[in-house]
Amino acid sequence: MEKGSIEMEVKNIYIKGIPNEEFKDNEYLENYVTELRQNGVPVIVGKLDDLINWGRSNSLWPLAFATSCCGIEFMSAAAARHDLARFGMEVTRNSPRQADVILVAGTIVHKMAPLLKRVYDQMAEPKYVVAMGSCAISGGPFINSYHVVKGVDEIIPVDVYVPGCPPRPEGLFYGLMQLQRKVKMERFLFKVK
Amino acid sequence: MKDIKELVLETIPSAVVEEKQKLTVTVESRDLHPLVATLKADPAFRFDLLMQLIGVDWGEKLGVVYLLSSSADISKEIVLITATDDRKNPLLYSVTDLYETAHLNEREVFAMFGIRFINNPDMRRFILNSDWTGFPLRKDYNADPVLNPVNLVSKEMTDIAPSIYETPQGEIKEKLTDIFEKDDYVINIGPQHPSTHGVMHFRTALDGENVKKIDVHSGYIHRGIEKLSEELTYSQILHFTDRLDYLAANINRHALCMCVEKAAEIEVPERAQYIRTIMDELTRIESHLVAWAAMCNDIGSTTAFIYGFREREVILDIFEKVCGGRLIMNHNVIGGVMFDIYPEFQKDVEAFIVQMRKALIEYHRFFSGNVIALGRMKGIGMMSKKDAISWAVTGPAGRGSGWSCDLRKYVPYALYDKVEFNEVIRTECDSFARYMNRLDEIEESCRIIEQLLPNIPEGAFATKTKPIIKLPEGQFFQRVEAARGEFGVFIESHGDKFPYRIKFRSPSMALVSIMPHICRGEKIADLIAIGGSMDYVIPCIDR
Repeated sequence: MEKGSIEMEVKNIYIKGIPNEEFKDNEYLENYVTELRQNGVPVIVGKLDDLINWGRSNSLWPLAFATSCCGIEFMSAAAARHDLARFGMEVTRNSPRQADVILVAGTIVHKMAPLLKRVYDQMAEPKYVVAMGSCAISGGPFINSYHVVKGVDEIIPVDVYVPGCPPRPEGLFYGLMQLQRKVKMERFLFKVK
Repeated sequence: MKDIKELVLETIPSAVVEEKQKLTVTVESRDLHPLVATLKADPAFRFDLLMQLIGVDWGEKLGVVYLLSSSADISKEIVLITATDDRKNPLLYSVTDLYETAHLNEREVFAMFGIRFINNPDMRRFILNSDWTGFPLRKDYNADPVLNPVNLVSKEMTDIAPSIYETPQGEIKEKLTDIFEKDDYVINIGPQHPSTHGVMHFRTALDGENVKKIDVHSGYIHRGIEKLSEELTYSQILHFTDRLDYLAANINRHALCMCVEKAAEIEVPERAQYIRTIMDELTRIESHLVAWAAMCNDIGSTTAFIYGFREREVILDIFEKVCGGRLIMNHNVIGGVMFDIYPEFQKDVEAFIVQMRKALIEYHRFFSGNVIALGRMKGIGMMSKKDAISWAVTGPAGRGSGWSCDLRKYVPYALYDKVEFNEVIRTECDSFARYMNRLDEIEESCRIIEQLLPNIPEGAFATKTKPIIKLPEGQFFQRVEAARGEFGVFIESHGDKFPYRIKFRSPSMALVSIMPHICRGEKIADLIAIGGSMDYVIPCIDR
């Protein structure tokens, strides 16, 4: 927030029975902040959610569920040229229990479907799914096959689809940045529906 | 020296011998095993290598095509065919006692065609789940998804192998065998494991820290490419080959293109041959770099992974400039290549070779001599030459066991007969030999490219072909040296624009099938290192 501005920036909070304008009425806080600043204490006012989401979105730990070609492009994305670490995602977790986002990279077939579901169920909330490549999105070139699942969204809910066969690392980054945006828009505390 | 035809007819007088693309012998199912045994034992021919084992559904008959070769000279080939007309309960005789590589191949044929092999000790379905309804590669397969719905609940593994055997009196009997002993401690490595190089599933019995037995499960990425191909024209199939062994995408596609070109008698312009050979060798370097990087990463050196991918990106840049693709290039087409090379291609590749040579010295300096790395590789995962031949393990792994098996030398295709290069052979038989072989092959590939680069002739880069290509009737084989070993294509055409049956021989399948043998008694941590040194790519096995 800019220096001097003490207006509380509250956007679109929806709680049943409380009009949105009520949230903008924070006179006592504003006075308090003004007083602190006048006495030389630098204070930033913001939502705790923004802080948490800023941290969360920049340290999404992926579980690379790499079954085929897309897995190699994920490896390229993690290596030095493209450097996934720029987005705080280089810590690939091999245990689903430590991962925030599962990258489904490659075709999912009948034999693999129960295992993907199981790995997804083992992940802790909040969890996200990125479907990387056309096979994970729809079955891709193998859509007519007897043994291919026509898109992972038949098994698990997908947050971001990254098209391509396989997608370039840049394409994957674009998808992951969309996921970051999604994470930033979320309310982590006091979720009310 | 006796003629091979005489030998066949002497052994089996009723055999039908035909001169097709390869010498083809058709025999009754009962006569197959004695004939194979004779061909294998005969000192003049020594057909001790089972290169391909292909199930085919001929409508009334279900059968198997065998492509045999000789380890001393892998250009020698003979095709054996046998079939049975009992579609309800098809039975053929197993050759597992002669070739170890037949184990997994016969199980695959059982899963896809329902043919059971008498005397094969383990007749579980390979690739497909044991409760799969129907046999997908049969022509009358019912693909209704209701029969085989997507199941979201994991099933218990039973670990019981049914088998079918013949008593000395000639009776056919069935029996069940346990894969593991009762008090074995069995752990699952895979299918979702970062160090299995794909979705491989090893059920591993442990004795303390040592591996006692491995049971290989596959099929976690089985996409049914061979069945899909039967309803597509030849140029539509091409893109599947790139997605088999995606690290050697260009070489696989080259194999299928050559197979179709030879069958349809399409001439390939010389410029296209040059481009193909150079791109193949660049692909080989790229593949070996990933193999090296991934293996070092498995042993614990993440630095090596970063270094390997650094050089690889330079190759990918060249690929991208040539055809727009990075990993999967879709560059070869029937009759040539899809895009011509760009004007600065030579300059870029030359600069890359200089960089690659410097990098190789660097790799050796910081990893090949590392004491810890050597401890994990030297004397570990011993694979004798005899085993490599029996399991048909070709490529850098087979050559690490002292077996000269480079198809580029024995059956030169494209421009390999015009260039000079050494076949890298080591006799130590361990993980380190396989590791060093790959790095040395990078140097040999650089040499091949250097010889070709200044001489690329002007001219067309592709022959114009009809949009729909029809192949004459017959069976066509093509073998090439892919980055992991011999990649084979088999096409049976009935004169249509679609193949009647197409089969890809996966080099990785041989590499995986020998894993239980060479890992027995090794430490479980070394299982991963040995896997890295074998460098298999799973989607190639499952197809």
